[in-house]
Amino acid sequence: MIMESTDMTEGRTGPHRNLSVPLARLGYAAALLVLLAATSGLEGYDLFLASSILSYAISAMGLNVLMGYNGQISLGHGAFFAIGAYTAAICIDRFAVPFTLTPVIAGIVGMGAGWLIGKPALRLEGVYLALATFGLAIATPTVLRSDLFAEWTGGVQGLFLGIEPAPEWMGLDLDQSIYLTVVAYFGLFAFLTLRLVQGLNGKAWIATRDNPIAARAMGFDVTRAKTRAFVFSVLACSVGGALQAVAVQFVAPDSFPFFLSIALFTAVVVGGLCSPLLGPLLGAAFIVLVPNVTEEIWQGGSWAVYGGVIIGVIAIQSRGLAGIMTGITSWVRDRITGQTTTRYERK
Amino acid sequence: MLKSTTALALGLVLASAAMAADYDKGASDDEIKFGTIVPLSGPASAYGSTGTCIAAYFDMVNDRGGINGRTVTVSVQDDGYNPAKMLEQARRLVEREGVLFIAGNIGTPTNSAIHRYMNQRKVPHLFLTTGASKWDDPESYPWTMPFIPSYAAEGRIYARYIKETMPDSMIGILYQNDDFGRDYLDAFVAELSDESMVAAAVSYDTSTATIESQMSTLKDSGADVFFNIASPKFAAQAIRRAGEIGWDTTQFLVSVANAKSAVLEPAGLAYATGIISTQYLKEPTNPAYAEDADVAAWKEFQSTYFPKGSDGNWWDWSCYATAYTIEHILTQAGDVLTHENLMKLASNLEEFEAPMLLPGIAITTSPEDFAPIEAMSLMKFDGENWALFGDVIAVD
Repeated sequence: MIMESTDMTEGRTGPHRNLSVPLARLGYAAALLVLLAATSGLEGYDLFLASSILSYAISAMGLNVLMGYNGQISLGHGAFFAIGAYTAAICIDRFAVPFTLTPVIAGIVGMGAGWLIGKPALRLEGVYLALATFGLAIATPTVLRSDLFAEWTGGVQGLFLGIEPAPEWMGLDLDQSIYLTVVAYFGLFAFLTLRLVQGLNGKAWIATRDNPIAARAMGFDVTRAKTRAFVFSVLACSVGGALQAVAVQFVAPDSFPFFLSIALFTAVVVGGLCSPLLGPLLGAAFIVLVPNVTEEIWQGGSWAVYGGVIIGVIAIQSRGLAGIMTGITSWVRDRITGQTTTRYERK
Repeated sequence: MLKSTTALALGLVLASAAMAADYDKGASDDEIKFGTIVPLSGPASAYGSTGTCIAAYFDMVNDRGGINGRTVTVSVQDDGYNPAKMLEQARRLVEREGVLFIAGNIGTPTNSAIHRYMNQRKVPHLFLTTGASKWDDPESYPWTMPFIPSYAAEGRIYARYIKETMPDSMIGILYQNDDFGRDYLDAFVAELSDESMVAAAVSYDTSTATIESQMSTLKDSGADVFFNIASPKFAAQAIRRAGEIGWDTTQFLVSVANAKSAVLEPAGLAYATGIISTQYLKEPTNPAYAEDADVAAWKEFQSTYFPKGSDGNWWDWSCYATAYTIEHILTQAGDVLTHENLMKLASNLEEFEAPMLLPGIAITTSPEDFAPIEAMSLMKFDGENWALFGDVIAVD
């Protein structure tokens, strides 16, 4: 895999140096406002789709830290998505926890599971880790179906999540309440992800990815960096799973097939590795929306079209949709300002 | 002249206002739109042809001039047999595309995901191809109705037959340890009303490799009737094992697993001879129906509109009956194409004869009974083919 070498100091050098930080903050604030404004602008089904996309985007943000910044491949994060979803379902079904809090519990449970699995699994490198996580994803639906936990998981029947809308004085219907909750968690994870990748952790991750020996020589604890990336990705995936379960209001083993892990993987790579926010967001929109479009194009053969689109995106720009998008905006900006940037050269 | 035209026009306006049609979203003067969600991709995509079948059926209806002058549009969506995707598609159909109702969906876990949604929205969720007994619950879910006979109904049919023809037998039961298995088992035992007839009931998990120990337990119980409630792979193993260990019984096999090629042949046709199962559809390949009008009509439909349809997959003819029933209800609804009216018509079908159902099996529903087909015929495997015997047995 060609991994773009992410510039550790990106955003802090170049001619826009002094402007770029406040500008970026302004951009984030504007984006958050747009998301909030959508609450009243969109209707039921669209809000549901938006909630789905943002839940997947949260998961993809975490997985992108692991795959993009830390360079480890996982084909099994759908399993953690499922753990989060089931934790939320059981919390609501058994303990009547308000749905807004379920992602917190799901995150804690997921992190525990991630730490237990991550510790031994992270001794494995590259394809071996991919294979180990792959095994996890394959086992998930069967475990969920098994009678061993059926009393809690509902077995093959699955579980309904009885979700109450926000109190009446807030004037929100069910879809709006769910959507706003998802936006809040999305904002939180966007903030966390940015802090992490721009901070020392991010440097440790990139150094570990690019040259573990040099990283160790520089004093980075390689194992700890890898474990942290793994645990953060698991945290994000379980929270994403919990939010997705809340949006769908139902979980069953068939909701978490092995293919879900591949879909998350696709979201990260097609969205753009190493683009901390835009990539996962675009990737999540891709995996939710594009199958519907390809189905219109060729019903029954939609996955062939979908596959073709994936190949197309990666062939055009290996930095994925985020790469294409930044390419376009910087091209437009260059036209306007008459400057040329060299940031898109491959190293 | 002008006056009379105006008067005529005014008269027409008044007349049409008086007979004003009543529509819910998805119906208009010239169109009826409904949706169906099936797995066109994913592990269960073999069943996806039912969606194609229903759409093809209404292509045929439209070519004949539509229903009461309206064209029928069928929106077929893919859920990949994933419950989460099913909800997304159902919401898309109901909220975005604005369909009048959803019908003909496949699968228990997937339809479970939209069970509540459809009932909250009060949009008809009709004629599902799934055998779970939970769909027949008009009190809690008045907008959901299945089509095919439930596992429970089938279980009761076997119990009734055993009670009548071999009341002194001892029964050994092998069942899959999940909803599917328990639906059969519970209804069967309840209908027997004499639990002492059950010598042993042994379960297996789908993750198990073999069921040899279960079969030995059953043989040791001294049962002389074997009720095989297993999915195809395990059903075949059980039939073979029973033959190998020389457990000589009258065998009953659930309809889910009565396919000749997938179960009986791997089990060994010699071991399978004499097995009793049930059927409610006419099999196009069965020589007994070579002259049958329904089968001829289905074959005609298949060759013109549904070339993908196979005469070896029951769902490819069962969907024909489903589509026919949908057409009937839409025709009956006339100009009152509302959710409420459709549900009223669907829950008041009396002895309605849909094609491809066996003679003597008709669709009957009532506001308290949301199980359209509750009769099946028994059949015995003669070593070569399934042969129906006895009268149609109805349970309700």
